[in-house]
Amino acid sequence: MAKFTKKKDGDLPAVSTASLPDIVFMLLFFFMTVTTMKDSSLMVENTLPNASEVKKLEKKDRVLYIYVGKPTRDYQKVFGTEPKIQLNDKFANVSDVGDFILEERAKKPQELQNVLTTALKVDKDANMGLISDIKQELRKVNALKVNYTTYEGDAFRNIQ
Amino acid sequence: MARRGGPPEVNAGSMADIAFLLLIFFLVTTTIETDAGLDRMLPPIEPPEDNVIIKQKNIFTVNINKSGQLLVEEELTNLKDLRKKAIAFLDNGGDGTCNYCKGKKDDTSSDNPTKAIISLKNDRETKYGTYITVQNELVGAYNELRNREAQRLYGRDFTDMEAEYLNPETPSSIRDDLKDKVQRIQDLFPQKLSEAETATSN
Repeated sequence: MAKFTKKKDGDLPAVSTASLPDIVFMLLFFFMTVTTMKDSSLMVENTLPNASEVKKLEKKDRVLYIYVGKPTRDYQKVFGTEPKIQLNDKFANVSDVGDFILEERAKKPQELQNVLTTALKVDKDANMGLISDIKQELRKVNALKVNYTTYEGDAFRNIQ
Repeated sequence: MARRGGPPEVNAGSMADIAFLLLIFFLVTTTIETDAGLDRMLPPIEPPEDNVIIKQKNIFTVNINKSGQLLVEEELTNLKDLRKKAIAFLDNGGDGTCNYCKGKKDDTSSDNPTKAIISLKNDRETKYGTYITVQNELVGAYNELRNREAQRLYGRDFTDMEAEYLNPETPSSIRDDLKDKVQRIQDLFPQKLSEAETATSN
């Protein structure tokens, strides 16, 4: 008695795209969680030197960054072309480095305060005089662990 | 006749498009790479209380001038030869107390790797790139010797072991095991790199 309607042959069933948003959302959440937005925009030129014997800087929450280099073109009119120090979003003098480290260190949780590393991101054309002054300031505030951040590569490319 | 009552269904077809848009935005702004660089310890600012007398032959002096030339042990040296010279100095084992050294046992060079000190001086006008290259070569010299000893004792490279030890994803059981090994190799060739305050150019 039951009436069966015969399926038409040769008509492909449509693939359900209902789960497509789910897949895309999954990817979206992945990238949302691994994304780290740049917290400070660079105001100095920052071509890092190359080195081959590098160690990875693990655990970003234990790292303080100091940028050094010539001001970028937009800032050159105001700040000149001599290499400057950038701390967070501001240009700074050598004497500010100590205060900056103390300030940033105080913001970190207690257990991390003794294991902080200072990453020096220095343009390869900067002079050592400025770096020595920074190192002296770091020694004064007892921030002895430093990392000269470099690109991985042949170190002899620096001197060409 | 159209059915009344009950809200009309919202078309969710464009959901995927919106999600894609967000996805592409995050894809573009993502930076996953981690920074890498040369780790160094600065000397504490308080000078050591007792003046330790260090023999001149245990100090390997490296001077960089403002145009990037190197003076190694009072000799003008090419940057490419620095690593070889540093290795020869560290590995010398002059007083015969170092049983793992393979150096020449030259009397005028370092007594023992644990006593050997590399002293690095640079001018205020030295380029940072040159300084990093020199640092890299000196660290490279230490790493090469440490790798040699690690290969002999544990059959793998020191740099490899250290990287695994420092990697936070390594399980702690392996880390504890590696800690002793890394420490032992570091004690064989302790990194003693002294950096004096920079000289002003004359």
